[in-house]
Amino acid sequence: MNGRAVGVVGHFDQLDRFLAAIRALRASGFDNLRVASPIPSHEIDEALGRRESPVRVFALVGGIVGAIFGLGLTINTSIGYPHITGGKPIVSMPAFVVIAFELTILFGAIGTLLGLLVNARFPRLHIGPAFHPRFCRDQFGLFVFCAPDEIGSTSQILRAAGAAEVRQVEGDVEA
Amino acid sequence: MADYKLTYGKVNRDLLKTMEAPGRTWYILLAIAIALVALGGFAFSRQIRYGMGVWGLTHPTMWAIDITNFVFWVGIAHSGTLISAVLFLFRVRWRASIYRAAEAVTVFALMTAALFPIIHLGRPWYVYWLLPYPQVGGLWPNFRSPLIWDVFAVLTYMLVSMVFFFTGLVPDLAVVRDQSRGWRRRLYGFLAQGWQGTDRQWRHYTSAYLFLAALATPLVISVHSVVSWDFAMSMVPGWHSTIFAPYFVAGAIHSGLAMVITLLIPLRRTFRLDLYLTQTHLENLAKLIVLTGLIVGYSYATEYFIAWYSANSFEWETFRYRALGDYAWGFWIMIIFNSLIPLLFFVKKIRTSTPWLLTISLLINVGMWFERFIIIVTSLARDYDPYTWGLYRPTWVDLSITAGSFGWFFLWFLLFAKLLPVVSIVEVKEQLPPPVIGEVRNPPTPHLQKGGTGGFDEGKGREKDVDP
Repeated sequence: MNGRAVGVVGHFDQLDRFLAAIRALRASGFDNLRVASPIPSHEIDEALGRRESPVRVFALVGGIVGAIFGLGLTINTSIGYPHITGGKPIVSMPAFVVIAFELTILFGAIGTLLGLLVNARFPRLHIGPAFHPRFCRDQFGLFVFCAPDEIGSTSQILRAAGAAEVRQVEGDVEA
Repeated sequence: MADYKLTYGKVNRDLLKTMEAPGRTWYILLAIAIALVALGGFAFSRQIRYGMGVWGLTHPTMWAIDITNFVFWVGIAHSGTLISAVLFLFRVRWRASIYRAAEAVTVFALMTAALFPIIHLGRPWYVYWLLPYPQVGGLWPNFRSPLIWDVFAVLTYMLVSMVFFFTGLVPDLAVVRDQSRGWRRRLYGFLAQGWQGTDRQWRHYTSAYLFLAALATPLVISVHSVVSWDFAMSMVPGWHSTIFAPYFVAGAIHSGLAMVITLLIPLRRTFRLDLYLTQTHLENLAKLIVLTGLIVGYSYATEYFIAWYSANSFEWETFRYRALGDYAWGFWIMIIFNSLIPLLFFVKKIRTSTPWLLTISLLINVGMWFERFIIIVTSLARDYDPYTWGLYRPTWVDLSITAGSFGWFFLWFLLFAKLLPVVSIVEVKEQLPPPVIGEVRNPPTPHLQKGGTGGFDEGKGREKDVDP
């Protein structure tokens, strides 16, 4: 996010209350929610209405590139310097498949890593004020962007949903 | 809602305790490890100074215990990937608390294994000749050679394992970051990459983790297959066999599981992790060892059957020589330690007793080292032509570099045990039921609940969760 965002963070102790709060806020029209949790949860993704991560496309593309690169490397270099070893053909597919396989895996893994870095925007040098260490321990955090005049009412919704603590934050939040 | 005693806060506190300042034992072990590395380093410096002649390996056994060590350490790595990736894909809940240590074993074992081909080169400064680049006159490496496949397989395995290991660590590093101050906070903060557990981070993270596990699974099978083809592709009696790939993969997992048990038992005791690393975990590993032990024993028998049934006199003589010749003692260590003693784990009393588990896992480590030694040395010491026969005897250089490799591996493991969370905090929490006041809409399905909460001992966790 550019500039200074204003919002409210609710701390929740229980997952079910947290999920209910997400649904309640989305029902009242807040779509720009950001949550933090100590564990990954499909229920949170479902409640937020998030789609499947595109990392899988990176993995697939990486793997395909690796396979093509592996075959291309072995076949081209062998044709470019045709030198018979072990009485085998210049283009020895069974042998080259081994190299292509390993490079498929290697590039697939590199693609997956790139997908993670790009999509989750790693590395992140600064941690926003909305973050609290308890989100990596035992609490669920719900950050709601809102206009300054909405802070009171949003805090009310969070408290009503059972938030253990509600903080008002100003400044860059984790995107 | 069930009355679960382990809470998220308690998991954090318990598992971060392992990173407190080390005691005297740790420093003593570290000193021993460093001394072994120094011994190996000194022996290596003699090799550089005087050449490969200082090794006991010479004609005809040009691959002796350095390649034994290479295969041994690559094998040790395999069980880590089995536990962290394969069991993850199968959604095995009890893997959560042991996978971190197992994956660390993988990474460090590969860092050890990768040293041996380099040392074995004799002129290690030419190691870059192995890499794919156009050499003199545009000649590239010979991609038809199993030794080049090995370079690709082992390097890929090492890189993917390191990425997988580090990716798994990131959320835990953030936990460490939040609990520490000063330079430690800066260091772990840097390593945690700004992890905050947001929905965006988790969504892409869990997806990436799944795909890394899915990629590591076929990789682990390919790596020891390729290592076995270093042997099977050559026309040496006792090596030129089609069962080598599955036989090596099973053996690799067999030795790796034994190494994981060997390391988990002291880890559990020192850090008082009885709550998280329970008898259930060790027992499950012992059951897996029974499986791999049976496969390995079956492979030994099949090798003999093929040698006999082929009616090839060279093949049969090699196998007769293994069992009755100069290295017969090593052969019987291999048979007894790898395929007979693990069968004791069929007895529940034995596989649930810590002293038995530790003893048997150590014996399997020894047995698997000898398996590689027997395969490599006996086949080379006596192949076709009696004129070229010869015995292999290690010198102090062979033995010191071997000892150094153990020092190197344990040095890394000791540093890991103190500098990183040895049990995954996040994955243990994932196996616990989440804190709720009512019902969660999609509770974990009953068949997944079968392993309790990931095998943790909840009885002992009965304590009020107070926040500091």
